[in-house]
Amino acid sequence: MTDRTAILDTLRTQIEPFNKKGVAITEATSFQGDLEWDSLTVMDFVAAIEDEFEIIITMNMQAEIENVGQLADAVEKLKG
Amino acid sequence: MTETGLQSEKLPAEPAAAPVAHDLFAKFDPLLAEREALMSSGVRDPFGIVMEQVTSPTTAVIRGKETILLGTYNYMGMTFDPDVIAAGTRALEQFGSGTNGSRMLNGTFRDHVEAEDALKEFYGASGAIVFSTGYQANLGTISTMAGRGEYVILDADSHASIYDGCKMGDAEIVRFRHNSVEDLDKRLGRLPKEPGKLVVLEGVYSMLGDIAPLREMVQVAKKHGCMVLVDEAHSMGFFGEHGRGVYEAQGLVLGEDVDLVIGTFSKSVGTVGGFCISNHPKFEGLRFSCRPYIFTASLPPSVVATAATSVRKLMTAHDKRARLWDNARRLHAGLKGLGFALGTETCDSAIVAVILQDQAQAVVMWQALLEAGLYVNVARPPATPSGTFLLRCSICAEHTSDQIDRIITMFASAGRLAGATK
Repeated sequence: MTDRTAILDTLRTQIEPFNKKGVAITEATSFQGDLEWDSLTVMDFVAAIEDEFEIIITMNMQAEIENVGQLADAVEKLKG
Repeated sequence: MTETGLQSEKLPAEPAAAPVAHDLFAKFDPLLAEREALMSSGVRDPFGIVMEQVTSPTTAVIRGKETILLGTYNYMGMTFDPDVIAAGTRALEQFGSGTNGSRMLNGTFRDHVEAEDALKEFYGASGAIVFSTGYQANLGTISTMAGRGEYVILDADSHASIYDGCKMGDAEIVRFRHNSVEDLDKRLGRLPKEPGKLVVLEGVYSMLGDIAPLREMVQVAKKHGCMVLVDEAHSMGFFGEHGRGVYEAQGLVLGEDVDLVIGTFSKSVGTVGGFCISNHPKFEGLRFSCRPYIFTASLPPSVVATAATSVRKLMTAHDKRARLWDNARRLHAGLKGLGFALGTETCDSAIVAVILQDQAQAVVMWQALLEAGLYVNVARPPATPSGTFLLRCSICAEHTSDQIDRIITMFASAGRLAGATK
């Protein structure tokens, strides 16, 4: 399993408790459009991801991340 | 411009259709629809209250009805203090109605300096900068103190002015879970060591009225080499020996533990304006770099004169401080006794937040209180934490025992009506 696949698997697990509509998760799934998360949900989710990977996703970076694939890219980069 | 460049010699076969103007107002549709639905249920507009007369720090006339004010942040009741009013009146007569200019150019009058001197004395600080509002004090200080490549670390429940200060600046922004010392520590530990960092905290968080564990948070911030800013907007005048705020009440020292304190004139001081104070030797550098300080008109002379007088009186307002705490504790205990869910288990500040189920219940209850003659604030997401709907009470030192009793009685019947209590 590549690093990226592993990251995506973990992201899916982390998204699950917040996935109230049961949306199928692909790299193209967007947090606002598809999952319809509000800012409070995003905040809780980001904190969970940060703790899972022991990274910091600054609010500046968060503003650029719209979908699962972009989040996986960011995590990959931040994990260095 | 006189150059028009090459012109085509004939008209295109089919003229391009004029672009359809995109209605930028369309983005307000959901908000307007929500508001219309609420209003059509027959309730009064919680965001359209007009005070026809204000008769004291604790009473006003709203739609012809004498109403007790319990949502004004007029904690120390300074708005009708005779010395404060006299100082404002004198300044209005001597210096005119406004300054017509920036603090940096023609907008600094005697009383702007006087207000800064009063603040320096109040806080025992070497530097004070007065801004035109508290909002601008946060906006300007945060956006200017943390630059590109540096970090601002803020509590998730921070006031909008703190968030906006972050947005306006060029720094990297990191958020930690509300009042969680452990979460702050963890996040600071993940940041690169080298860049400068500003941790932004509030003494009292105004939505629920809870206070921050500043002592522990500052300890963590200093361990990681950060500077600390504390917004004490909702604590000035009645926390700590000199009324300097929660940081003082928790035994922290300006210049050692806390680098910058932000405050406002619009709450305990009883007028309008904001400020930043510090003991840092290079503090004046902020004044010369801060856009929300430079590129706006300064406060009118009457405002800064009232502020200076009020700040000086707050230094020794021990009786008012005691009365405020007494009132706050009585109200908190009274509402708790009625069975309301409150923002804090104990009376931690001069804000008592009643937590309700949803917007409908909040507005029904708010209206019942208003009709009985009591004004409180309605607060809703996104201003509130965790999507809660609140009725927020802010207590004044000038509320009488009789008013507090009446307030509790009014809450008892409104709570039953709205189904918030049994």
